[in-house]
Amino acid sequence: MNIVVLVKQVPDTYSERTFDESDRTLDRESADAVLDEINERAVEEALKLKEAGEGEVTVVTMGPGRATDAIRKALSMGADKAVHLSAEALHGSDAVQTARVLAKLLGTLDHDLVIAGNEASDGRTGAMAAMVGELLGLPSLTHARKVEVDGRTVRVQRETDEGRTDLEASLPAVVSVGEKINEPRYPSFKGIMAAKKKPVSTLTLADVGVDAAEVGLENALTSVLQVTPRPAKTGGQKVTDEGDGGARIAEYLISQKLI
Amino acid sequence: MAEVMVLVDHVDGEVKKTTYELLTAARVLGEPAAVVVGAPGTAGKLRDGLAQHGAAKVYVAESDNLGDAFLDPEVAVLAALVGRVNPAAVLITTSPDGKEIAGRVAVRTGSALLGDVVELAADGTVTHSVFGGAYTVTAKANTEHPVITFRAGSIEVEAIDGEAAEEIVEVPSIGAAAAARVTNRLPARSGDRPELTEATVVVSGGRGVGSAENFEVVEKLADSMGAAVGASRAAVDSGYYPAAFQVGQTGKTVSPQLYIALGISGAIQHRAGMQTSKTIIAVNKDPEAPIFEIADFGVVGDLFTVAPQLTEEVTRRKS
Ligand SMILES: Cc1cc2nc3c(=O)[nH]c(=O)nc-3n(C[C@H](O)[C@H](O)[C@H](O)COP(=O)(O)OP(=O)(O)OC[C@H]3O[C@@H](n4cnc5c(N)ncnc54)[C@H](O)[C@@H]3O)c2cc1C
Ligand SMILES: Nc1ncnc2c1ncn2[C@@H]1O[C@H](COP(=O)(O)O)[C@@H](O)[C@H]1O
Repeated sequence: MNIVVLVKQVPDTYSERTFDESDRTLDRESADAVLDEINERAVEEALKLKEAGEGEVTVVTMGPGRATDAIRKALSMGADKAVHLSAEALHGSDAVQTARVLAKLLGTLDHDLVIAGNEASDGRTGAMAAMVGELLGLPSLTHARKVEVDGRTVRVQRETDEGRTDLEASLPAVVSVGEKINEPRYPSFKGIMAAKKKPVSTLTLADVGVDAAEVGLENALTSVLQVTPRPAKTGGQKVTDEGDGGARIAEYLISQKLI
Repeated sequence: MAEVMVLVDHVDGEVKKTTYELLTAARVLGEPAAVVVGAPGTAGKLRDGLAQHGAAKVYVAESDNLGDAFLDPEVAVLAALVGRVNPAAVLITTSPDGKEIAGRVAVRTGSALLGDVVELAADGTVTHSVFGGAYTVTAKANTEHPVITFRAGSIEVEAIDGEAAEEIVEVPSIGAAAAARVTNRLPARSGDRPELTEATVVVSGGRGVGSAENFEVVEKLADSMGAAVGASRAAVDSGYYPAAFQVGQTGKTVSPQLYIALGISGAIQHRAGMQTSKTIIAVNKDPEAPIFEIADFGVVGDLFTVAPQLTEEVTRRKS
């Protein structure tokens, strides 16, 4: 089974995230960049499926040069190989454009199962798996809490706030995983050393049949007009409880007409 | 006047409040047209509510065969309508299902996708609140019929009469190979408390609450104020409270009039989901807890004495 995992490098949520002044895109240079947390779980799930049967795990990313760090992380966890699509022209692509490029890219790879995260911490589009599935004409089984492959059938327990839905589809299919699906392994020293020798193919737009005129900020289907930092909220009053803490909150709420 | 399509979110024969928010938001762009996808008889139950919230039209897409279908009917119906009616926009609620339907309709119809907006202006400009409210971003679509998802609770619902003229539309058949089938559904129990994203007051508990049983302290305060209950990720991961109630970056984003944080340290990822709340109250033993940096009123103290006292004060005031 060929498992392809879509991974994304995102600004670390612990570091301050800012926007580029000149073109109002997310400033990916200034913040620390990490493999998105949920993507680690996507890689973990792929490795588990591989270990339970047989197959090969390929990680795929579309992103700037330094996204190789995210790829290395996935390879050192145990993925077999990686594909990195990197092009200046991709900068500023919106969700629909990204989905189109990822779909084209997947078209150049053998894939029985595509695994993505349900939602990255930066964009919060939260629909990439569904969009890519739609473009490839494949079923998308999203927000997986559990994934099972049985022959050519994939079964997913989908879990959202609305409850649980069990889904089933024939392969090939696209699955997105949620943050509760597993605990990702830490790369071992051996894994980290082995990752250095694993194949990473770097592709250009031409390699996947994408025209530069379809992608990037200039050609996006949406344009950001203005980015305004919100004044940081500042703390107000802080008191120490001297047996009257609850009553003092009540007083405050009354003064603010909140109760 | 152009139509603005609104996907109706409904459960057990009732329209969800977020749909009324969308109908209200739609009016700045054109005539709201509600799209109902469901089993036969669904639209009949929903029509009055839709009419009272300004729906000029109701597209009725009903079928007996939706039982094991997963989001495909909604996508197919909306995409077909977009092709036929060329609406000014398609509005859908930001929710796991809503985002997926929106993304798929956008790629199927070649439309721009504007996600999780909090405001829509007459010229089509939308406003997003990103990185937990640290930035306000305005954006616009460069295509016709953009698909826009709206954050729940960002629009004040206005009741206004609409004609709600019904029009039957077909549910296109879905190719079996490309579809996922539903084999089982276990809807989450909806309790008696208001929904987190819709509540005007939210009381949340963190790791400091210490156990599932102790969450009663949080619930009692919430109930005294008619509030929703929330939880930090640490509280959820420790099994104190179900995941559906998690507030923060990987949970719900809430922006109530009042947010009360009990035993929550205020990590950046938690703040991302609540810092746009109008008023924030924090109770924490640790005077250095970062939650105090954004609290309008903070009490350094034990939540197990402070919260019950507040519950008592609130209850006393009501009676
Ligand atoms: C990618 C990513 C996504 C995340 N997403 C989220 C998210 O969506 N939501 C979220 O909440 N977190 C999220 N987190 C986790 C976040 O970083 C914190 O770990 C978490 O918010 C901590 O929860 P807490 O404040 O309840 O626990 P702690 O940080 O352990 O704080 C507990 C607090 O309770 C206080 N306390 C203890 N006992 C009492 C008492 N008796 N009375 C009063 N105070 C007391 C302590 O002083 C302490 O400040 C995410 C993390 C990552 C890396
Ligand atoms: N540029 C990208 N390259 C590879 N995968 C991506 C990219 N953007 C998004 N994804 C995948 O889509 C998921 C959801 O991302 P998002 O739609 O940004 O919330 C991520 O967890 C990844 O699996």
